[in-house]
Amino acid sequence: MSLRNCRNVKVLDVSPVGQSKRPGEFFEITLEYPGWDGWQSGQFVMIRPASWELDLLWGRPFSLYSGDGETLTLFVQNVGRGTSRIVSMQPGDEVAIWGPLGNTFAVEPDTPTLLLAGGIGIAPFRGYVESHPKPENLHLFLAHRLPKECYPFELLSKTVSTGSMAEERPEDLQRIIDSLREQIADYAARDGLVLCCGPTPFMKTVQAFANELGARAQVSLENRMACGVGACLGCVTKDGEGHHVQVCTKGPVFWTDKVEL
Amino acid sequence: MDMHVSFGGLELDNPIMTASGTFGFGLEFAAYGDLTKLGGIVAKGLSLKPREGNPMPRIAETPCGMLNAIGIQNPGVENFLTQAMPALKRMGVTVVANLYACDAEEFGELASVLAEEEGVAALEVNVSCPNVKEGGIAFGQDPAQIGRVTEAVKKRAGNKHVMVKLSPNVTDITVCAKAAADGGADSLSLINTLSGMAVDIRKRKPRIANVIAGLSGPAIKPVALRCVHQVVRSVDIPVVGMGGIASAEDVLEFILVGAHAVQVGTANFLRPDFAFTLVDEVESLLEEIGAKSLEEFRGSLELPL
Ligand SMILES: Cc1cc2nc3c(=O)[nH]c(=O)nc-3n(C[C@H](O)[C@H](O)[C@H](O)COP(=O)(O)OP(=O)(O)OC[C@H]3O[C@@H](n4cnc5c(N)ncnc54)[C@H](O)[C@@H]3O)c2cc1C
Ligand SMILES: Cc1cc2nc3c(=O)[nH]c(=O)nc-3n(C[C@H](O)[C@H](O)[C@H](O)COP(=O)(O)O)c2cc1C
Ligand code: FES
Repeated sequence: MSLRNCRNVKVLDVSPVGQSKRPGEFFEITLEYPGWDGWQSGQFVMIRPASWELDLLWGRPFSLYSGDGETLTLFVQNVGRGTSRIVSMQPGDEVAIWGPLGNTFAVEPDTPTLLLAGGIGIAPFRGYVESHPKPENLHLFLAHRLPKECYPFELLSKTVSTGSMAEERPEDLQRIIDSLREQIADYAARDGLVLCCGPTPFMKTVQAFANELGARAQVSLENRMACGVGACLGCVTKDGEGHHVQVCTKGPVFWTDKVEL
Repeated sequence: MDMHVSFGGLELDNPIMTASGTFGFGLEFAAYGDLTKLGGIVAKGLSLKPREGNPMPRIAETPCGMLNAIGIQNPGVENFLTQAMPALKRMGVTVVANLYACDAEEFGELASVLAEEEGVAALEVNVSCPNVKEGGIAFGQDPAQIGRVTEAVKKRAGNKHVMVKLSPNVTDITVCAKAAADGGADSLSLINTLSGMAVDIRKRKPRIANVIAGLSGPAIKPVALRCVHQVVRSVDIPVVGMGGIASAEDVLEFILVGAHAVQVGTANFLRPDFAFTLVDEVESLLEEIGAKSLEEFRGSLELPL
């Protein structure tokens, strides 16, 4: 594992992605590479723009999405106070970045692996797909509310097989739930691996089916974080034994039978 | 500039420590800086038995601050001594243990466990347990209790320095300070968090599961500075100041008012190397403002006649 560190890097580019009804919702943020000797998918970074001064105190966690040793790109959904200021940064602005943080998704090259993404939960799967030694064994399924073009879905469908479902009307939700059950049952029968990232209700559904159907599955949690390094105990979740564990250091990825959502 | 400070038998390479609960057991930050560069670290609150702490959500960001209701989650003092202490000792880190208990007897017991550990330089007594026996009033709000707890800890702490950490959630903090000093405290540290709350109008729910939480960060610095100012003038023992420190200037403000040392808490979340860089910044700022020494600068605040 590479050495973690914290340093200042410059923003190289901020580009909106897709056309959601709310303009300016999804962005790719490209930063100078922070000089790590590597990272693995599932891991994340904390970033904190210098311009925040003492307004907003905490950095914000984002999944490691794409990086080539020269640049590092994050995929950011604008949902609130911090992210709205992050997506309005300009090239040349400075951010503090610390990482790579947290654990990683399981990689089993020869195992059929199902990637279940709920909306922005697709972010960590870009790194996963691009670094997987046998992408032919992967299938990515995206459940989305906003138009599919908002997500890096087309990009990934060039590399791996994909499926998707939109949740536009209330009745769509049941279709998605039924589909999740069917897909998880299929991977459980093939002793496959199921990896999931998305909103908590989505992950709860996946966890319930995985536990019921005996699928080996992991979920990646997105708890609120202050330090990102395991010190503040603000991000905890309960492990399978009822103990509070830090999502930032013991996770963000957990096996579904070892976490309470 | 000589940054060394010494008070009540405690020797620190510089006056910058990290505050309990914001720096883990220190090891979490070892990837981001040299822990021995800090004057010392105050470990996260320890109790006799492991504690799971409060339910989630436990933290919320507020303007220039944050609320927390972690509930002293910790693996218990034995675990700290066997798991974290050996590495801290090997590295040569100055460690202050922060104690949490709900009566004087239990505080005394904790102190006696830590008294044996040569790697622990001092004990910091956190008196903010909500004391159910006394009708829910926190220990730290009752001067008589503060006195009893301080005595109990001091009696069983061997030759360790005992620092009593005061809460600002009182009418007159100097009364609490005197009670701790009379109980035999070697120094006082202040302030702990201010009692606060945040709600979500859309969900119509509190933002913290525990409803009431502790406010920290730059938002509380003026309150902290006022408390240190009042306490250094009311007791003869040294004071360690904290609350909202987020720059070298903030550190020197506390020292100017009379603090012997400071602790940095919430600012460790601005970036994990914050406290390490602060040490150098304080040294250069002291030189820049023309102070001859820390000693000369400390408490040199000129008040209106
Ligand atoms: C390990 C990890 C990886 C993540 N990866 C990504 C990523 O790749 N791309 C991305 O866009 N986002 C990601 N997130 C979520 C992202 O961190 C939050 O959306 C962001 O911190 C919100 O900040 P804000 O100041 O804009 O929100 P605030 O103004 O603080 O809140 C706005 C709204 O967002 C909700 N919210 C805030 N923080 C979170 C959170 N951590 N999780 C879920 N909801 C939250 C709040 O409840 C509120 O409704 C990740 C989170 C974690 C923990
Ligand atoms: C997340 C968090 C956890 C804390 N835990 C403890 C603790 O266990 N014991 C204690 O005495 N103080 C605890 N504190 C209080 C701090 O040590 C400090 O007194 C307070 O935060 C004010 O300083 P600051 O504004 O620099 O953070 C905690 C504070 C925070 C933010
Ligand atoms: S964010 Fe601080 S412990 Fe996880």
